[in-house]
Amino acid sequence: MAIVNMTVNGRAVTADIDPRMLLVQFVRENLRLTGTHVGCDTSQCGSCVLHVDGQAVKACTVLAIQADGSSVTTIEGLSAAGGELHPMQAAFREHHGLQCGYCTPGMIMAAIDIVNRKGHALDETTIRDELEGNLCRCTGYHNIVKAVAAGAEAMGREPIRQAAE
Amino acid sequence: MYAFTYHKPSSVRQAAAMLAKNEDAKLLAGGHTLLPTMKQRLASPSALIDLGAMPELKGIERKGRSVVIGAMTRHGEVAESAVVREAIPGLAELAELIGDPHVRHRGTIGGSVANNDPSADYPAALLALDATVITNKRKIAADEFFQGLFVTALEEGEIVTKVSFPVAQKAAYAKFRNPASRYALAGVFVAKRGSDVRVAVTGASENGVFRWTAAEEALKARFTAKSLEGMAPSPDGMIGDIHADSAYRAHLVGVMARRAVQAATSR
Repeated sequence: MAIVNMTVNGRAVTADIDPRMLLVQFVRENLRLTGTHVGCDTSQCGSCVLHVDGQAVKACTVLAIQADGSSVTTIEGLSAAGGELHPMQAAFREHHGLQCGYCTPGMIMAAIDIVNRKGHALDETTIRDELEGNLCRCTGYHNIVKAVAAGAEAMGREPIRQAAE
Repeated sequence: MYAFTYHKPSSVRQAAAMLAKNEDAKLLAGGHTLLPTMKQRLASPSALIDLGAMPELKGIERKGRSVVIGAMTRHGEVAESAVVREAIPGLAELAELIGDPHVRHRGTIGGSVANNDPSADYPAALLALDATVITNKRKIAADEFFQGLFVTALEEGEIVTKVSFPVAQKAAYAKFRNPASRYALAGVFVAKRGSDVRVAVTGASENGVFRWTAAEEALKARFTAKSLEGMAPSPDGMIGDIHADSAYRAHLVGVMARRAVQAATSR
């Protein structure tokens, strides 16, 4: 067993874990933050994307112990329960950027990471290129791309609520 | 995944000592090959030695006529590095073609080089740019370092610490990638430095990355895509699988080489 310390959505957590435990397992099973999903479990589909120290990573391919000392943000950390949605979440709702919703948390975490790296004015080509690590089997991506563009713009307009990041 | 013990040393010296003490231990860099392999139970190291806590393994710097990149530098950092973009733009472009943005936030140059996957991108850059792999024990020229499928010159207890790339006058990478895995079905890196031209091919050969000497000779006469017109390596020894048979791969190598030369000559 190994002791892991990290900050998740602004809250300090400590746990004694098996070193084999994946980061996605840790947030889902230990912390009960089940918004981060497991899809392919082979670092392809992107439904497990969350942020470690402000960067999007595939949490099915990171050991929880590797995130020791890090600051982790999951989809739950973007807005308070029942509170106002993060502009990217609001854009996905407004533009209906989802159907079954399974890929959505990963899409939104990936989308915010794109904005952090590429800014608020994103063209369609950039968005489609940057989303290549996130698979959606329902939408055909059209509305996701629209949502990301609108969410990126909204993030530039509104004073960004820092949420847990 | 089978059970293992986890260690996070704070220096390369400490990591080497741990490696010597633990039989069947593996070094953990970005983990984007090792962890999936362990999940499939194709690897079962007794211990993982995480290289993630060592500042000495990180960073990119221009040193005279070379660009030196720390082994734990992530693909995303190489792709976005102003130093690399200015000195060897083809290398930054190669890093940007690896995996997807999330993978590039974790995967490292040292991990890619030490693993020597026959379809990985970095080995082609090292071989074509005549790079030097620096370990905790010695310096190894790329020509000697890559020795076939997943085989390198690294010895027991040896740890890659840096890769040094001499700056080329012209260099570019062209890759035909598998749209699902993003690995190269054929990737060609071309580099011209002085009168020397080197052409390295990844993704295509059953023996891993190799230099395509016939193309090098043709390009030494004249460094233009036209010099390679109609050329392709022999399909013998090329990988044939469900994604592409060996004849198609050989054909792709010719096409990618021409595209790489085109890109290198048009900047």
